[in-house]
Parts: sequence; C-alpha cells; structure tokens
Amino acid sequence: MKIRSQIGMVLNLDKCIGCHTCSITCKNVWTSREGVEYAWFNNVETKPGIGYPKEWENQDKWNGGWERKSNGDIQPRIGGKYRVLASIFANPDMPEIDDYYEPFDFDYQHLHTAPIVEHQPTARPRSVISGKRMEKIEWGPNWEEILGTEFEKRSKDKNFDNMQKEMYGEFENTFMMYLPRLCEHCLNPACVASCPSGAIYKREEDGIVLIDQEKCRGWRMCISGCPYKKIYYNWKSGKSEKCIFCYPRIEAGQPTVCSETCVGRIRYLGVLLYDADKIKEVASTANETDLYEKQLEVFLDPNDPAVIAQARKDGIADSVIESAQKSPVYKMAMDWKLALPLHPEYRTLPMVWYIPALSPIQSAAQSGTLGKAGVIPDVRSLRIPVKYLANLLTAGDEEPVVRALERMLAMRAYKRAENVEGVEDLEVLQQAGLTKKQADEMYRYLAIANYEDRYVIPSGHREMNVPEAYGEKSGCGFTFGNGCSDGQNGVNMFGGKKISRRNVIKTVQVGE
Amino acid sequence: MSNLNFLLFGIYPFIALTVFFVGCWIRYDREPYSWKADSSQLFDQKGFRLASNLFHIGVIFILAGHFVGLLTPESVYHHFISSPNKQLLAMVSGGFFGIVCLVGLVMLIKRRLNNDRVKANTRRSDMVVLYMLLVQVSLGLLTVIVSMSHLDGSVMVLLGTWTQSIATLQGAQAAAAIESVNIIYKLHILVGLTLIMIFPFTRLVHVISVPVKYLARNYQIVRQR
Repeated sequence: MKIRSQIGMVLNLDKCIGCHTCSITCKNVWTSREGVEYAWFNNVETKPGIGYPKEWENQDKWNGGWERKSNGDIQPRIGGKYRVLASIFANPDMPEIDDYYEPFDFDYQHLHTAPIVEHQPTARPRSVISGKRMEKIEWGPNWEEILGTEFEKRSKDKNFDNMQKEMYGEFENTFMMYLPRLCEHCLNPACVASCPSGAIYKREEDGIVLIDQEKCRGWRMCISGCPYKKIYYNWKSGKSEKCIFCYPRIEAGQPTVCSETCVGRIRYLGVLLYDADKIKEVASTANETDLYEKQLEVFLDPNDPAVIAQARKDGIADSVIESAQKSPVYKMAMDWKLALPLHPEYRTLPMVWYIPALSPIQSAAQSGTLGKAGVIPDVRSLRIPVKYLANLLTAGDEEPVVRALERMLAMRAYKRAENVEGVEDLEVLQQAGLTKKQADEMYRYLAIANYEDRYVIPSGHREMNVPEAYGEKSGCGFTFGNGCSDGQNGVNMFGGKKISRRNVIKTVQVGE
Repeated sequence: MSNLNFLLFGIYPFIALTVFFVGCWIRYDREPYSWKADSSQLFDQKGFRLASNLFHIGVIFILAGHFVGLLTPESVYHHFISSPNKQLLAMVSGGFFGIVCLVGLVMLIKRRLNNDRVKANTRRSDMVVLYMLLVQVSLGLLTVIVSMSHLDGSVMVLLGTWTQSIATLQGAQAAAAIESVNIIYKLHILVGLTLIMIFPFTRLVHVISVPVKYLARNYQIVRQR
C-alpha cells in the first residue's frame, strides 16, 4: 500500500443555478491572455446538450480516455505509444478551433469614432485570431444556454444513449440541468499518459495535474487523450494549458477561485487519501458499470489507525490526515454516497464529483397521483430521467443515482417533518439507508453549507518540499518564461551563481 | 583552389555548425518556454493531415539518407555495396522521398498563405524556413537529374569526402574535395548549411525534441511539488 493524498472536489448539481460566476472569475484570473481566450478552464453547460467543445462526450468521435484491451490491460484510446508517436505530425483526433468557437471581440471604438449618421452605430464582431470581420457569430462557449438551439441538435448528447429520447424534445417532457465542468485531476489521467514529452504530471502531495510549460513541446496529444477535453492548446505560446486547480491558493489553504466565488455554495473541497498501488487495477476493471464502485475501493478511511500509520510512513503530514478526517468530499462520496464521478467509463478515475440534481416530479403534475416508493416519492418519476443522470455519472448504472436521489429526498422529508410538523420521522431515513446523525450532517453540509464545512484544505507544507526553505526567501517569485530562470541545466554556461535561489551562508553556531 | 571556395566550403560549415550548437544550447537553456513544435493544427485541419505527414515523412527519410550516405566512409560501405550502386540507391530513394516531401511542403505553404487564421499567426521566420526548405528540396531533386550524367559514383565519393572532412575538422581538405563538383551540389550544400545556421532561431528546434523517451517511460508521472 502506498498512500497519497488528493484534494478532491464535489459539485452539488442540485443547487447549481447556472450563473456562470465560476467560469467568469476563473477566466478573469487564468485565461484572459491572448492564445487562450477561447479556453475555459471552468465552464458551465446546460444539459442535455452537446457541450463545449462540441460533442466532447462522444469518444467514438474524439477517442479520449482509456480503452481496455482484450488482455485486460489499458491504454489510451488514441492508441499505444507507437501509434501516438506516429500521429505526432498531424493529430487525427484533435478538435479544431471551430469545435470550441472562434474567439471574438467587438469594434467598440467605432461607437466613439463613428460620424453622425441617421442610424445608431453598432460595434460589430471581429475574430481575435485573424483580426478579420465576423459577419455572424455561429457558436460560442455556451451556445446551448438554457436549452438554446433546436432539440435535434442538442439531442446528439451522448448521455441519451440507450434512451427513447424523442419524447424529451416535447415541451411537456423537456428537462434541463446545469453541469459546471473543470479538469478532473484524475487518479489515472489519460493526458499524462499521452504526453510524448512527459511534461504533464500529477503532484504527489495534492494530486493536482499540471503541465510543465517549459517541458511542453506542443505535440498536442494530451488534447486528444483527455476525454473531458479540458486541455487547451494555447495558439499563441504553442503550448498546452489546463486548469491548475488554483494551486497557489490551494497551497495556501484557500479554495480555488471557482469554489470561492460560487454564489450557490455548491462546491466542496476536501482531502481524500488513496492507495496509489491500486489505481491500475481499478482502472482496468472489466465491466464499465463496476468502475464507480471499484473507484471507491481506492479511497482509504482516514479514521482507520492502520491507514493513519501507513500515511505517516508515506510522508503525509498530520495536518493533511486531520483534514482528510474532516473532508466534506469523503463524507459525500464515501459516507453518504451522494457524490458520483463524471463518466467513470473513461477509466481516468476522475476526482471532481457530482451530486445528481433533483427535479420536479413529472407524472404527479400530469395525473395528480404521485408515484411513491414507500414514504418518499419514486425518484424514477422525476423530470430529469434517472437513466440520463446514470449515463452521465455512473456509466449507465441507475442504482447509485437512485440511491443518491432517494437519500436527498429522505433528508428533505425528515427535516420537513422536524421543522414543520415537529415530529422525528426516522422511517423515511431508514428507507433510504440513512442514520439520524448522517441526515443531520447532510443537512448541515448541503443546506447550510458553511464556508468552513465546504472547504477543508490543509496548507501546502512547502517547508517539506524545499530542502532549505530559507534559501527560497527573497528569491524569485512566479514568472512566465525565463524572467528569473537560471535555465534548465545544472551546467550554467555563463558561469556565476544561480539567481533564483539565494545561497545560504553557512554560519557556525556558538559552541559548535 | 579559390579563396571563395575555401571560405564557403572550408570555413562556413564550421561557422554554421558553431552557431547551431551554441544557439541551440542557449535557447534550450535560457528560453525553454520558446522551445516547441509551434503547431497550427488547431486553426485549420482541412488537408493538413496529408500535407504534414507527407512533408515530415519525406524529410525524415531524406535526412536519414544524408546522414548514413554521406558519413559512412567508402572503406566501410564498399563491403556491402559498390559506389555506382550506392549512387543509384541514393538517387532513387532520395528522388522518391524528395518528391513526397516537396508535395507536402507545397501544400503546407499554400495552407499557410491562404488560411486567414494561420496566416495571421505566421511569423516571418516561419515563412523564411518554409521557402528555404522549398529551395533546398528543389535543389536536392535537381541534383538527382544532374547525377544522371555521371553514374560511376565518383561525385558522390567527393561529396562524402567533403562531409567526412568537415566532421573530422579538416576544412582545407573538405574544400579541395568539393571544388570540382557541379554548381547545383554546391548551392544545395550552401542552402543546407544556412538552414543549419538559422536552425536555433526558428521553429526547427522541435526536431531536436523528438520524444523517443516516451516509448520507454511509464504512462503515469508523479512529481513532488
């Protein structure tokens, strides 16, 4: 057993109002630069829809993620290592800019400089790539907002697989939900596996997946490898970029920008301890629908003394273990089984999890009779089809989705009975397999969602990674390019001392 | 032996090679963020797969052929193949891959000039490299035609001597060997040397980063902060 820790995220889709604050704050902080203006490290999609980039979930088209070979081994779906190198000159599985959208700006200056004319002047769009006039903008990062475009196009959504989807195009039966998306910081990332340069890596301490910008050579294989299409090619710098999980903030014990600014309080950040030796075995699970359950086996109980002892031995700081014990992510994914991974069938073992959304009860509205499974209403009569959620979150297995929805309904029924009728309805909890303590905690985390409950992030323990922390003081801070780089080689071709770190003068202590 | 000949074929190669090595070293060390393939595939993929693959496959075989063909001493290769036969092999394989490369290159140049997005993000150095490669490949194909008038392998031996003399740092000997060959060969060599010299300042540097290490590494990489 080799224990590592990871900062995971849970998004409570039941509370997402689709306000895009996460996307905007993320963009303002990380991707407002030229070359990545089309890239949204965080975006919010309206589902059902084909999403951004177009049809990202359709791996028959993009070949993202992993595939299991007949011998039980897994390899990136874009191909084995020789195949990846062979397609290096022209990547056959890469989206074009139009699959995202052509980034544009408007001629605002025209509004100031236009001569006096009969009609009001307008600011017309212009491509920021070519600088040319765009007569009509035909696609954008969120073109399907609140069921935009016709159903026929939106219904290409892969999550409609194995469903009779036609009826959901009718006004009476239509449904929608929001899906905020960011890099999943997977345990078994396909982007890392498909990078020919070895520039992408997962951090041991917090599991954040990063691209080393100085090692990236722009071979573009990661863009295809990632099934969530969350790696973007910066056309200006010629390097790939991705969500960095706001690691400077995480290291300081602060939540990511998208989480911090979420007005609906739907995001949770917490530590999960996992067994790194099990990753390959779990990712190679034969049956796709077993992948969700198998992934749970990777996570370790942070209260188990044996786990704690081993974690300490593997160099995990006590503060991290403590955070793991209070982790909201562990509670939601493991204790309550509310949070589910996004498309586990990609075999990447994603670490940004989702609580499925409840929705109005459809058949009840239609017929006046409420479908009931025991005390709580039958979740299969919810407006958002369970099968759709299952295709999104559990590779099509409805059972975990039903369980999660039932537990959320049960918690509501229980709290309603308590607060409105003044009775303690334990029966409803029993039916959903919850204890009173769990239900009370669920209420605290889901409904109240205090800041300190949502974000339990240990600070980065920089002191443990730097041989001499004092040498870093007054050294070089963050720069792009080689602002204060000494170069990559140990050999300094111009002589002299390294400038990014101070040479700590050896002092002799009195009495030494 | 004229002074100009000595300057161009006895001294210039060393200048070009020095600029190449030192330039690459400095750029790799000091400007790693600028070291990249600089792909424009994101902008336009129509016909790109065919063009790029043709060009790259052609160029790789040509380069490999030049290295093996020119740097293998006669005393070594005559155990396997005679000089006239070797010349014939070089003409056929070089001619074939030269045409493959040329077709790809022309397609790539056309794409770069005609697509608004690609064009807007083209640096001057990109065009310089493309045009120089076009000239170089054309000259290379012309040498095949010139070679047809002397199939005894003697010119090829002279060219081999030149290359091997440069590799062993004997400029005078190299210049002497090259003096009598056709101007087409000389131009081909000069453009080639110039390409080597400007190499560190262009996108060509990605050639050095062929990621062969990928084949040997584990799929997953975990690093400490």
